[in-house]
Amino acid sequence: MSDTFFSGAPHWAWLIILYFFVGGIAGGACFLAAVVDWFGGPEDRPVVRTGYSVAAWGAILSGALLTIDLGRPLRFWHMLFQSANVPALMFKGWSPISFGAWAILVFGLFAVLSALGGMAEEGRLHNPALRAVGGAVRGGLAKVVGGVAGLLGVFIAGYTGILLSVTNRPIWADSPWLGALFVASGASTGAAALILLAPGRGATEQSLARLSAFDTKALVVELLVLVLFVASLGSVNRVWIGFWGLVLLVGVVGLGIVAPLRLHLQRRPLASAAKLVLLGGFLLRVATILASEGIERYRVAAGM
Amino acid sequence: MPEPMGFFTDTTVCIGCKACEVACKEWNQLPAENGGIRELSGDSYDNTRRLDGIHWRHVRFIEQFKGPYDGRWLMMSDVCKHCVQAGCLEVCPTGAIIRTEFDTVVIQSDVCNGCRACIAACPFGVIDINPVSGTAQKCTLCYDRLKVGLEPACSKACPTDSIQFGSIVELRTRAQKRVDQLKSQGVKAELYGADPNGALGGLNSFYLLVDQPEVYGLPRNPQLPTRNLAKSSSFSLASAAVLGVLALVGLRKRRMDDMGGPGAGGSN
Ligand code: SF4
Ligand code: SF4
Repeated sequence: MSDTFFSGAPHWAWLIILYFFVGGIAGGACFLAAVVDWFGGPEDRPVVRTGYSVAAWGAILSGALLTIDLGRPLRFWHMLFQSANVPALMFKGWSPISFGAWAILVFGLFAVLSALGGMAEEGRLHNPALRAVGGAVRGGLAKVVGGVAGLLGVFIAGYTGILLSVTNRPIWADSPWLGALFVASGASTGAAALILLAPGRGATEQSLARLSAFDTKALVVELLVLVLFVASLGSVNRVWIGFWGLVLLVGVVGLGIVAPLRLHLQRRPLASAAKLVLLGGFLLRVATILASEGIERYRVAAGM
Repeated sequence: MPEPMGFFTDTTVCIGCKACEVACKEWNQLPAENGGIRELSGDSYDNTRRLDGIHWRHVRFIEQFKGPYDGRWLMMSDVCKHCVQAGCLEVCPTGAIIRTEFDTVVIQSDVCNGCRACIAACPFGVIDINPVSGTAQKCTLCYDRLKVGLEPACSKACPTDSIQFGSIVELRTRAQKRVDQLKSQGVKAELYGADPNGALGGLNSFYLLVDQPEVYGLPRNPQLPTRNLAKSSSFSLASAAVLGVLALVGLRKRRMDDMGGPGAGGSN
């Protein structure tokens, strides 16, 4: 039996699942927006602007979810400053949760700036202060800010998986692949969110087709990493015998990866494929987190 | 600076009286679960079931019976191991978990914000949230009592000296003597966590066991959570690099499509 079966479950449930999902989308969408910002053409601007907006709202929602989930929400700032020693910073580079707290903050800052820049570009900002900020983020500066946001986005999408691995819990600490899996899922769900939302801001058919092509590849990568993840679990895989295994197989692989892959390849309505990808990304978090959360140490000890 | 202090628990003399559990709850003013209304577990005499935020000591009962006259009880009072290399302390993002001058591991309740990273990080399942404070709690090795020269409440209360408190160096010598004594009587006794070169740099609460660690609900080879950090990070980076290249290639293709004229766009 893996030594991870003797640890206790941290009660990371729906709020954290939602955060992992939203953070993945925000990070993935921001990364794609930055790539298109740097290397795309003028006709791709709607995709860029949508991506930065998704990132900004996602970062804000992420911060809120994480704060509400704390046992003492008003002490959220203890993760950023040493509470007995303000303003000394609280930072542990080897602890993903500590690193992540800072990363979300900085990511949020850069994503909000980029989003404001995008909105100013569209002339949608009416508040004078916001318009001033948004107006300042343009040209070369906008590219740099967006680029930083995009790189941080990749981190936000993936570190949550590393965070799970840097524990002593079953499944999470039994495989080194969760971070890679969440990076891939962040990319696929980020692209899916853009496919669904970018048309509202004027994205062209061609931009969407390109996103769909990328989503197809991201899904293939995700499937490969998922296979590696399951293979690396070895004998721990018996945890999948049950409900969460079904969710993983039918929900994540079937509905969330294989089905949208078919739709993408048949060039069927992009929106349906994108919705399935989002569903799969959500179920991936649900299955990997709740399958481990459900394993109670005293039951294991008593052989139940 | 005082020397490292801790517990040596000799499970062979534990009688399962739970005096330690009670003494701990009293001294630390830990609340009852569910207002004192508890369902019986049906698992031997164990209704505490586990260590958590309001149970900092837990007496395990292991019944090993092959027939009515052929069997034994194993009992063990479990507690935080005050690991020399502590996983909980390693990951705590608020700095709430500290190492004291007694080489014990303590959670500062006024710093903890209840993120629960430490719960998943502890290889032994020791920590949980105390619903009254909303923060993570566990055994403090009676830091407040140690400060004024008292021994911890549990070892003070233990009527058989199954739980012994003292300096780690001295406890190790005592424990080794007891192992030798038991072995000379033909009992298969082993120490768990007494080796400073062993897992986690040694446990400042270590045990004498007469069966495999797993039987007592203890991991055979407890490890730090950061053992996975480097591998997990590099695999994530690799995955990010692959996807980054795919994203860039997608765009280069577009430029070629543009050169190829209308009709060639988005051809994959
Ligand atoms: S046993 Fe668990 S809670 Fe106690 S010091 Fe070790 S890691 Fe921390
Ligand atoms: S729950 Fe408290 S003690 Fe545990 S890791 Fe989080 S802040 Fe630290």
